[in-house]
Amino acid sequence: MSTVTATFNSDVPRDPLPIRLTGTRSPGWWGMVFLCATEAMLFASFLGAYFFLRGSVESFGAEGGRYVPLTRPLIMTALLLASSGTAWWGEKGLKRGDGGRLRIGLALTFLLGVIFLLVQANEYANRDASWTISAYDSLFITITGFHGAHVAGGLLMNLYVQVRAWLGHFDAERHDAVSNAVFYWHFVDVVWLFILAVLYFSPRLF
Amino acid sequence: MIPSVLIGLPAQLRVLYDRDPSVFSPAGPRAARLATLGWTMVVVATIVFLFVLTVLLLPLWRRRNAPLVDGPAPPVNERAWVLYGGAAAPALVLAGIFILTLGAYRSAAPAGTTLTIEVIGHQWWWEIRYPDHLVQTANEIHIPVGRPVKILLRSVDVIHSFWVPNLAGKTDAIPGITNTSWLEADEPGTWRGTCAEYCGMQHAHMALSVVAQPEGEFARWVQNERATSAPPSDSATLDGEHVFLTSQCVYCHTVRGTQATGTIGPDLTHLASRLTLASGTLPNTRGNLAGWIENPDRIKPGTKMPAVPLDAAQLQAIITYLESLK
Amino acid sequence: MADTIERVNVASLAERLDGTWKSPKTLYGSLASVDHKKIGKRYLATAFAFLLLGGLEAAAMRAQLARPESHLLSPEAYDQIFSMHGTTMIFWYASPILSGFSNYLVPLMLGARDMAFPRLNAFSYWTFLLSGIFIYASAFLGVMPHGGWFAYVPYTNAQYSPQLNMDFYALALLFLTISTTAGAINFIVTIFKSRCPGMSVSRMPLFMWSTLTASTAMVFSMPALTAALIFLEFDRRFGTHFYDPVRGGTPLLWQHLFWVFGHPWVYIIILPATGMASMIIPTFCRRPIVGHAYVALATVSTGIFGFGVWAHHMFATGMPGLATTFFSAASMGVSIPSGIQIFAWLATIWSARRHVLATPMLFMLGFICLFVIGGVSGVMTASVPFDWQATDTYFIVAHIHYVLVGINLFPVLAGFYFWLPKMTGRMLSERLGRWNFWVLFVGVNLTFFPMHFVGLRGMPRRVYTYPAGLGWDWLNLAESVGAVVTVIGVLLFIINVLWSRRYGAIAPANPWGASTLEWAVSSPPPEYNFAVIPTVRGRDPLWEAHDAILGRAGAEDLAPADPTRATARGGEEEAPVTVALQPWRVLDAGKEALESTLLDADPQAILRLPHDTLWPLVLSLALTALFVALLFKAPVWAALAGVACLAAIAGWLWPTPATFPPPRSVA
Repeated sequence: MSTVTATFNSDVPRDPLPIRLTGTRSPGWWGMVFLCATEAMLFASFLGAYFFLRGSVESFGAEGGRYVPLTRPLIMTALLLASSGTAWWGEKGLKRGDGGRLRIGLALTFLLGVIFLLVQANEYANRDASWTISAYDSLFITITGFHGAHVAGGLLMNLYVQVRAWLGHFDAERHDAVSNAVFYWHFVDVVWLFILAVLYFSPRLF
Repeated sequence: MIPSVLIGLPAQLRVLYDRDPSVFSPAGPRAARLATLGWTMVVVATIVFLFVLTVLLLPLWRRRNAPLVDGPAPPVNERAWVLYGGAAAPALVLAGIFILTLGAYRSAAPAGTTLTIEVIGHQWWWEIRYPDHLVQTANEIHIPVGRPVKILLRSVDVIHSFWVPNLAGKTDAIPGITNTSWLEADEPGTWRGTCAEYCGMQHAHMALSVVAQPEGEFARWVQNERATSAPPSDSATLDGEHVFLTSQCVYCHTVRGTQATGTIGPDLTHLASRLTLASGTLPNTRGNLAGWIENPDRIKPGTKMPAVPLDAAQLQAIITYLESLK
Repeated sequence: MADTIERVNVASLAERLDGTWKSPKTLYGSLASVDHKKIGKRYLATAFAFLLLGGLEAAAMRAQLARPESHLLSPEAYDQIFSMHGTTMIFWYASPILSGFSNYLVPLMLGARDMAFPRLNAFSYWTFLLSGIFIYASAFLGVMPHGGWFAYVPYTNAQYSPQLNMDFYALALLFLTISTTAGAINFIVTIFKSRCPGMSVSRMPLFMWSTLTASTAMVFSMPALTAALIFLEFDRRFGTHFYDPVRGGTPLLWQHLFWVFGHPWVYIIILPATGMASMIIPTFCRRPIVGHAYVALATVSTGIFGFGVWAHHMFATGMPGLATTFFSAASMGVSIPSGIQIFAWLATIWSARRHVLATPMLFMLGFICLFVIGGVSGVMTASVPFDWQATDTYFIVAHIHYVLVGINLFPVLAGFYFWLPKMTGRMLSERLGRWNFWVLFVGVNLTFFPMHFVGLRGMPRRVYTYPAGLGWDWLNLAESVGAVVTVIGVLLFIINVLWSRRYGAIAPANPWGASTLEWAVSSPPPEYNFAVIPTVRGRDPLWEAHDAILGRAGAEDLAPADPTRATARGGEEEAPVTVALQPWRVLDAGKEALESTLLDADPQAILRLPHDTLWPLVLSLALTALFVALLFKAPVWAALAGVACLAAIAGWLWPTPATFPPPRSVA
């Protein structure tokens, strides 16, 4: 092996490129986008299964969906939308260098998420039908249950980011973990809107 | 009496059928159309393959290990090769095939049928019913020659697929769904059908026979099948009937006209008139019947039919009785 | 401002990088390594081991089917073996072997130093390995999956399969899905963000296009399988009714979900292999591929159309007429992009500067033959009425094996002959390689071509035996003889690899005179791949550099990329070229890599890559514990394992000085 020398122009600043700390379209951001894409396809498969069974199996039992009370799901929707707002507000605060606002935002988001899960648990407790009654019930519990699990996952991320926020890991320039957790939280919210439309509204509409 | 020896006599099974169960040996108009379509595509496919092979190998002949020319690569009409050769030409061929496909697809269902047969898949045998004629049998379908017959397919357990290559393509028998197929034979004969969807341990031994008969013969067959079993005419048969009716056999099998009304296994009312045993696995002979009853698991490992404890005399008596069920 | 030219010794730069990038040669070093090249080689070796396992299973099946009414295997044993053959080959061989090549080659071809997420990469590998061990653990309990690789309900539901067989299948696949999805996302982001400056989208090597397409298809298709498997396990374990026609479900739901996943999957396991063809064929024709852009487009559109053809696996299920004809037309249409690819290769071969018939090229020629046969038989089965006759027979077995052996195994072997010298630094034997090719080519055709006939002569697939005298006997015997020849062919390959380790000629940097960046570095490459980040100005940088030496174009792009000074001709020495290097081409302040923009690949930022770590392995082990607990229905243990998983994730993500550099204000 020969020792070969190469030369470069030392006049150019040694380090003109920033070290990647955070930001949209960073590798980490793209990773989260595709994670959400594959999760979205999971829910699309679930909801696709719902429409397939409803359209092709007479005894599916989707008529039951007409009588599912709407109060709780609407409360849950309001809770999730509000929690997305608080998460956004907190992240925005961090980007302006306000670590305190981030911590408040995360805590509010966490609180709203926990209440969402409690309302969901209450809804399950008040259901007449167990999930072994019919394919419709199996699907209803599976879809909402998986969504609940995703909410719980989002809460765990929230907790993790929360701890690091208290340790002072984040500032206006470094918030990759915060942004990703908040992105995921918004995603879980959007999934809920589809579930609301399909499981709660569509049996009443058609 | 020794089943493993009997399994070794396959030619016996083959002689039951008029032809090999080949797609390209059609015995009815539906299968004939599919065979024509198949042949056409085989020819087109061969031409395409030989063409590509020529284009692939010709240049190798020409420039193999030639000295490297330092300079730009030889010019090539990219659009002609890739768009015309790779996209437009295949698209034309495919369009042709698709038109043939549509033609064959549209003619799959005959205009009208006058006979409907229900075929119900079980692990691992076929239940056959003629709802219009009140006929119930197993593993053997009789159809009149020259008449399209509608087949309604169901399954009581897992998915099976009904396939008689000489007469028609496959249709699945799916639990919870009733599917439709059609059979039509041009000529009298016997053909082999089989289950084509993997359905468990004895998927390999789930065949059936289709017997096409002239109208008169078919009518006589229906007449015989719808009758209940004839009462035993001699004492040996009577003994056999007694052994049969007091054995476990009746839990699963029906012999119409007796107290045997089990519905788990095939209806045995006219067992002796059938061509095969154990769902097309063995030719229906006295020896095979004995071997099958004595130890079903040896012939079809995993079969749901248990070995019924019988001594030699009881076995012979039962066989005599079953042989009388013409 | 006066230019001050500073001479920098690249060898000393390499020494500095060695210090940062090398894993210690200890047990810890090998378990904790996040080097994409090590992981790639592990993927290749593990997937190849699964190929041999699946091959053994195939050999057992051919032994059983050599004669009619044979009793070598019991029906239950045969069912488990054919199910594991399909499952192993499709999930644990065909896709992971391509992941192995992609893992090794993607960063090198992109001119990058590692994958975008090196730890996730290690995690993908461990999860792949452990999920494979998980499913094969079923063999020791005598309950290997027995429902075919397609596992149709209701046969696979608890009523008909009460043992653990199908739980092993469902849980192992869910487990593997995690690995596959993580790997796919890693490839996508790496190709998006780690291309060296100058490698705009239009200059990406075609292997990148095929890896990108396959990875994207994975991200979007795997969830359908996940959903199907979750429904299956819920039905089996908790008495739900997704597939129960009595309570409002239907077995067809499984089929739709499975094939919505399954057909894109077919393209996932062939597209990267076609990408390899688009790299290897031009090399041995000594010219750029004809129709580069068309091939890239065809690759992407195959990946997209692949999502619209799933129901052609269900033509016999009694679907409505309109749907049937739609899927028939779509299934024929999806062969057009393949036609584009094939004609691009044909045109490349036709207009070659020169034909070098080395072993990789022989495998490529064989690949084109098998591809065309598998393609035309595929078009035949897309014709619905003909498919009613062909489906579920040995005709389909022939078709699928021409596709998978032809479009996966042959390019994979070509890839081994082509790239193994890069990985090991030793050439494989050409002589043995030729024997390898011809024996395998004959064996594969002898095994699978008669299956077309035996299928159309009425032999269904998945039968453990068949009666004599139906016209199937001698064809089956021929197939079994072919299987023996195939086995010899595979053995020749193994012998060649083992032989080369000790006796193979030392591989130069660019033994084949190929054009892409992986050939610019030594064989095997250093841990950091490129001491100086390369830049490119075209699709075939090494050939352009070669032209440059002949005075046709600028030479500065590649010359300093590697201390060994590989050039287009491979290892030739020449005078050093003096160039002004942008400073981001020398990243030596820690474990650094370059991030570039999505479309134009302009330098954008410096990425701090993580050092060796055990967390990916720990997380994989915790996941294994979780799946074992689920298998044996142990909720407490499952909960504990779940907590362990969360702890491992937290440990993994916890900032280290390397991955969490201080903000500029502090620094």
